Amino acid sequence: MADRTAFRWKRPSVIPGFGVTFGFSMAYLSLIVLIPLAALLIRSASLGWADYWKLAFDPRTLAALRISFGSSFIAALVNGVFGLILAWVLVRYRFPGKRLIDSMIDLPFALPTAVAGIALSTLYAPKGWIGSLFAPFGIKIAYTPSGIVVALIFIGLPFVVRTVQPVLADLDRELEEAAATLGANRWQTILRVVLPPLIPAILTGFALALARAIGEYGSVIFIAGNIPFVSEIAPLLIVIRLEEFSYSAATAIASLMLAISFAMLLAINLIQVWSRRRFGYAG
Amino acid sequence: MRLQLRALTGLATIALTIAAAAPVFAQNRLLNVSYDPTRELYRAYNDAFTKYWKEKTGKTIAIQQSHGGSGAQARAVIDGLEADVVTLALEADIDAIAQNSGKIPADWRGRLPHNSSPYTSTIVFLVRKGNPKGIKDWDDLVKDGVEVITPNPKTSGGARWNVLAAWAWALHKYNGDEGKVRDYVAALFKHVPVLDTGARGSTTTFVQRKIGDVLLAWENEAFLALDELGVGEFDIVVPSISIKAEPPVALVDKNAEKHRTTEVARAYLEYLYSDVGQQIAAKNYYRPSKPEAVSPEAIKRFPSLKLATIDDLGGWKIVQPKFFGDGGIFDQLYKPK
Repeated sequence: MADRTAFRWKRPSVIPGFGVTFGFSMAYLSLIVLIPLAALLIRSASLGWADYWKLAFDPRTLAALRISFGSSFIAALVNGVFGLILAWVLVRYRFPGKRLIDSMIDLPFALPTAVAGIALSTLYAPKGWIGSLFAPFGIKIAYTPSGIVVALIFIGLPFVVRTVQPVLADLDRELEEAAATLGANRWQTILRVVLPPLIPAILTGFALALARAIGEYGSVIFIAGNIPFVSEIAPLLIVIRLEEFSYSAATAIASLMLAISFAMLLAINLIQVWSRRRFGYAG
Repeated sequence: MRLQLRALTGLATIALTIAAAAPVFAQNRLLNVSYDPTRELYRAYNDAFTKYWKEKTGKTIAIQQSHGGSGAQARAVIDGLEADVVTLALEADIDAIAQNSGKIPADWRGRLPHNSSPYTSTIVFLVRKGNPKGIKDWDDLVKDGVEVITPNPKTSGGARWNVLAAWAWALHKYNGDEGKVRDYVAALFKHVPVLDTGARGSTTTFVQRKIGDVLLAWENEAFLALDELGVGEFDIVVPSISIKAEPPVALVDKNAEKHRTTEVARAYLEYLYSDVGQQIAAKNYYRPSKPEAVSPEAIKRFPSLKLATIDDLGGWKIVQPKFFGDGGIFDQLYKPK
């Protein structure tokens, strides 16, 4: 990490061009990210507190936010666990078709999310291939909040795999062998030796999957059922408000989502920084 | 304030579309912005109109179509989609364009015959073959164990007609007792397991995913499902009362002036009322506004039923905010008790 004794605006570098690249970065970032977000904030700031409060904390908005953030969180957790397993399999073992599976991991990035949503709802509908296996037990997946989680798991899958993979590949096998010769059993090796250095990467993947899931619209609306208070996600509610030509209500919800997301990502980042320091692996 | 946002979103849109080569409309192009279930209709109609225009003026015209939820399409036009003509599901959507953008004069409704609706439709029930749940009329929809599929009235023009059709029937049934009418419509939506965002989505849910016992559908969508999507799998049930849905069309004056397409755009809309236009509408399962232009066999398949009109309910200017505005009847029905 940066040396804490002398924090300076710019650290000397052998390569020139800081001014140009920094200027370009700021201009680019402003155009693509900062200005649109500022427009959103200005718009919601112009509402006034009383109106903002009324629009943002209306029970239906709160229900939609709860569904959006709750299902995104569950989906990111699932991706954290299974993404780790997938990464493990892909890095540590050799088997026929490995390359193919490895490239398949990225498909959720490439597929239009609406296509994913339609495909998933076909499969998970009570009469669909997968849904019909669950239907006899009274488990409904499509058109319930579980359907939302399924869609969000799908679109978030690559993040954990792709962030954990390189770290896992770099991991020194000798450490594990040393642990074994020192008498650690398999579980101890995994929990004490393998897992700690992976935690920052898993957290990064988790944060990315979470962020992606929160804003997801296309794949979810096909499988969610979209029933207010039950399976209506916040992005859909924003679209509904826009459909009512109610730009102010839409921006109020959007800014609230932005604030919550920002707080969550900040928290994850802090945990990450802490875990890096705690487990002291390649910062 | 609104202007400010529009300027900002406008800037963002411009920035984003420059890369995608912002379409420069020449005189020989026409953009028709329409709603979801008219895809097939306008595909056929555009061919016919292109041919007619070529014969009449010697000019070749290329017509582009854009489809989506009616409300979303209206918003796109307000935010700058350069439609020469709009052919939407609801008068209220065109009113919104007129009010929010000023690109259409407020009196647009009177500029073409039949309230600017060259074809009409209505709401019917599509049920599974043999009608296993024995659905005959609106009150059968709230029986135990019946699942009803309709899109979300907040995002779909067709769904608003569904709500109004149910409302019109209940008004008649309960002699105008609004409390009972509300209870009925609230009960109806308790039987809805999925709210798709558009009419086509609901058709897919019902036809392909096999969810639900009855689909509240545009008559033309119901016929389409019957004849093309699942031959022999469905029956149409015609309720005792439904609503006369009048999807309107309008010239977007300011855009057409800018593209210098006013003449052809106007002709495009007027030709919808010609014999050829009416026949194409009927062939695509829309009820022609001039039945005499169409062969008797084509008319025969449209069953006659009692149709309430939007004016019976007070007209769109009252109905839109009362039913579908923020905090309107539809929102109230979905409030948890």
